Amino acid sequence: MAGEKTVIMDNSGIKRAITRISHEILERNKGLTDVVLIGIRSGGALLAEEIGRVAEVIEGVKAPVGAVDITLYRDDVSGHLPHHAVGKTDIPFSLDGKRVVLVDDVLFTGRTIRAAMDAMMDHGRPACVQLAVLIDRGHRELPIRADFVGRNVPTSIKENVAVLFDDKNQPVEVVLEK
Amino acid sequence: MEFKHKDIIALRDLSKEEIELLLATAESMRQINSRDIKKVPTLRGKTIINLFYESSTRTRTSFEIAGKRLSADTVNITPSSSSATKGETLADTALNLLAMKPDIIVMRHAVSGSHYFLSSKMPGCSIINAGDGTHEHPSQGLLDMLTIRDRFGRLDGLKVAIVGDITHSRVARSNIQGLTKMGSQIYLAGPPTMMPPGVERLGNVTVCATMQEAIQDADVVMMLRIQQERQGKTLMPNAREYSRYFGLNPQNLKLAKPDAMVMHPGPINRGVEMSSYVVDGDQSHILKQVENGVAVRMAMLYHVCGGELE
Repeated sequence: MAGEKTVIMDNSGIKRAITRISHEILERNKGLTDVVLIGIRSGGALLAEEIGRVAEVIEGVKAPVGAVDITLYRDDVSGHLPHHAVGKTDIPFSLDGKRVVLVDDVLFTGRTIRAAMDAMMDHGRPACVQLAVLIDRGHRELPIRADFVGRNVPTSIKENVAVLFDDKNQPVEVVLEK
Repeated sequence: MEFKHKDIIALRDLSKEEIELLLATAESMRQINSRDIKKVPTLRGKTIINLFYESSTRTRTSFEIAGKRLSADTVNITPSSSSATKGETLADTALNLLAMKPDIIVMRHAVSGSHYFLSSKMPGCSIINAGDGTHEHPSQGLLDMLTIRDRFGRLDGLKVAIVGDITHSRVARSNIQGLTKMGSQIYLAGPPTMMPPGVERLGNVTVCATMQEAIQDADVVMMLRIQQERQGKTLMPNAREYSRYFGLNPQNLKLAKPDAMVMHPGPINRGVEMSSYVVDGDQSHILKQVENGVAVRMAMLYHVCGGELE
């Protein structure tokens, strides 16, 4: 049925997932030395800020947080480009030799991540790139997988998964739309 | 907000929202121009022809760089190297170019309105106006608006003085069309022989008798080039007299607001419409205009590719 929405992760669920992801990032990278967080606009950028805050509370150090807009790197523009304005890529530091954690809200086909990696590589040569997502909904079309996952949600390709944010840019809940 | 035009020929054809969209995209494009790798893959596989029937340094280079930074393939055609010198008509040139399947044609032409004609001959190909006769120069209008907005954070309510040869200036027309849509107030000054009758009908435009009146308390002072190539000999007695009555110098610039910005579309006739003290002074934003030109033209190329066929 069109427009039917189910909440698949509530606010406290999101908070717990972000806390766990933050711990896993710290564990994998043995702290925050050389770690930078890059969020994919728009949802991923907000989550990257959130992970940055939580990791700072745990570790006492703040990792640099940047944002990348992938509009100019999309692979589905051959016929008609999207008409909307191009968002800002905001990476005010060098990525050379950094351990980049790329953050997105929902991992689906993997094409967004491919575009984001291309966009990022034009800003420098990171030592390594890891991927953190709040939701992995499957249906990959490219050989891409996430290193840190909030929750795996099996979905039908016709469904839509959205992470909703409030007007203060705080994540509220994750909904599945049929 | 979506951009639905196939062509950008005149700012007169664009709504306020569409101009805002182009400026917003240009701001994002600017980031690409300041980093080490100044290229994005967006227009990969697109072909852009720069067809310049009139000479140009800034505009042509700027459009070419804009195309290359978006990964399009750009080709330049200039009058001396084209079949126009052998007498080929614009219609025939258009059909021949169309046969080579370009995606965008950026044209500068001495005849006002020639882009509408070109567009009618070239369905499926986007046309961008890089200056047509004394009609419009939309990319210059947009980059001027972006430069002004950078400085003041807004366009509405600003007093903009445009001084010089208004009749022959496509830059003035594009700025009047664009800025009045965005809510600026335009004050024009120039010799009566260079002031088109009825120009007030273009919108929020006031024609002033003297240059002093126009730049009094202005936020922006935009000086125009004396276009010797378009004028007959009778429009002004000589350059020295023009400079005395309509040239911008440090003294009359004091009439404008203390933080007023000075602009010029280039190329400058130093000592005629502007003294070198002003050109190289603190209030001059002339090179900032050129810098913004690349970003604005990237935004124009990007959005016409997304436009639907009209």
